[in-house]
Amino acid sequence: MGGVRLGFTTAIVGIGQSEFSKHLEPTEEELAVRAILAALEDAGIEASEVDALSSFTMEATEEVAVAKNLGLGDITFFSKIGYGGGGGCGTIGHLSLAIAGGVSHVGVAWRSRKRGSGVRPWAAGPGGLRIPGSEQVTAATWARPFGLLRPVDEIAVLTRRYMHETGATREHLAEVAMSIRANANRNPAAMMHDRSMSLDDYMNARWISEPLCLFDNCLETDGALAVVVTSTERAKDCRRAPVFVDSFAQAIPQQHHHMVNFWAEDPIGAPARACAAALWRQSELRPEDIDVVQIYDAFTPLVLISLENYGFCGRGEAPGFVEGGAIRYGGKLPVNTSGGGLSEAYVHGMNLITEGVKQMRGESTSQVVDATACLVTSGEGVPTSALILRSEEC
Amino acid sequence: MTATFSPMEDPETAPFFEAAQRGELRIQACTNCGRLRFPPRPMCPWCHSLDSEWQRQSGRGRIWSFAVPHPPLLPTFAEEAPYVVAVIELDEDPLIRLVGNVVREVDGSIGAVPSSELTIGAGVTAVFGKSIEGFPVPQWVMSED
Repeated sequence: MGGVRLGFTTAIVGIGQSEFSKHLEPTEEELAVRAILAALEDAGIEASEVDALSSFTMEATEEVAVAKNLGLGDITFFSKIGYGGGGGCGTIGHLSLAIAGGVSHVGVAWRSRKRGSGVRPWAAGPGGLRIPGSEQVTAATWARPFGLLRPVDEIAVLTRRYMHETGATREHLAEVAMSIRANANRNPAAMMHDRSMSLDDYMNARWISEPLCLFDNCLETDGALAVVVTSTERAKDCRRAPVFVDSFAQAIPQQHHHMVNFWAEDPIGAPARACAAALWRQSELRPEDIDVVQIYDAFTPLVLISLENYGFCGRGEAPGFVEGGAIRYGGKLPVNTSGGGLSEAYVHGMNLITEGVKQMRGESTSQVVDATACLVTSGEGVPTSALILRSEEC
Repeated sequence: MTATFSPMEDPETAPFFEAAQRGELRIQACTNCGRLRFPPRPMCPWCHSLDSEWQRQSGRGRIWSFAVPHPPLLPTFAEEAPYVVAVIELDEDPLIRLVGNVVREVDGSIGAVPSSELTIGAGVTAVFGKSIEGFPVPQWVMSED
């Protein structure tokens, strides 16, 4: 018994996005509904036809606000996914499962966030982050009192351990930052479109949390994105060619502890390794069949770790994998072709999903020739999710 | 800084900090199967027992990894930056890892030991002082050998 596969039951038919900037005037609510409207227009689907919604628990614009603004129909499925940036691909997966199960017909996933001009979450202070009964208690009790305050500090600890185990150097992190920046330089919508990055620029950047410097960190962005999902049957009548959802997975690995994950047995391998295992079980494709990848890049080392965890190279082999330019545009496996979170926009990875769609439509500003399969991943180091998108029905 | 939070007020975490106040490092252990678990929680994930005790540890461990944060940081931490925050694996069970600061002596500045003196795998020993927020915690000094 192979079980029921999601494969090709659903498709992404519309995408929409706001401008990306350090500061946008409209509210998060207005940015959200503008992006959703753009995605529906892209799909050629009326707002009244939408009956499913999915977003992040961190999303401030609620389903009722979205439905009231846009005049959506009766919503018969709605879900929110926790753990910050781990949720992005999960929203598409939840909508796909609801549609495949016959619960709903047209779903919208969105994320709107003014992280560029708004409050830094960690600035509330160690005590302020303590939400009783939540996993935040763990960080507020066992990490923040010692000065491990920001996500970058937590990832810096993991990175130093990763470098110790693999021999990775700052040059390898720089290769990730520069490869992705070069993609942003080809993308007029990217916040870093006009700014090139040399190895000297990288090496001379200020420390944020050693061994991570400024250019190892994603951007702080105001922006919103939306994605429309429907059945492959309904997709045939849409304005745009469908991009098929080949497979989807989520994972909370055993004994995982949110983002401060030093207490799991294998903090570097988990949780993407568990997500990857579930994803490759769903798909008939193998890593070598993937033409282009959009990897969650809140921090450069996560790209190296994800390349290993999703099986593009062996454990500890990512530094060697990227040395020859494999992840650059034109390389064996181009990564984050829009500029990703590091150089296009950081909106909890929703722009990685829309870039995956653009690649499958043949419309990326760094288009991979003849690409037919794209892996998209969500947050590494947190309970996560991933998708494989394809341009052709199998 | 928000001053309202103390982990000593939470029955699940208080025994760790009460032990630190007495100069002891104690970790939650299952009284049924004996395994240590951290962070503390009501149920043993291996045998499902709800009974636990706080077992005294030697206070010796090794540096698993560390970060060196630089500003922008909360004001009280920015004053000390750059400082080392380490993850320590305990000698008794290397899967028990504690986040902590490496100091020269009890309640010394968290920025006093430069990262150049630290290596992954180096031995450390617990001493007991106060966190920046003022509650009792283990701190770590580099071991002699």
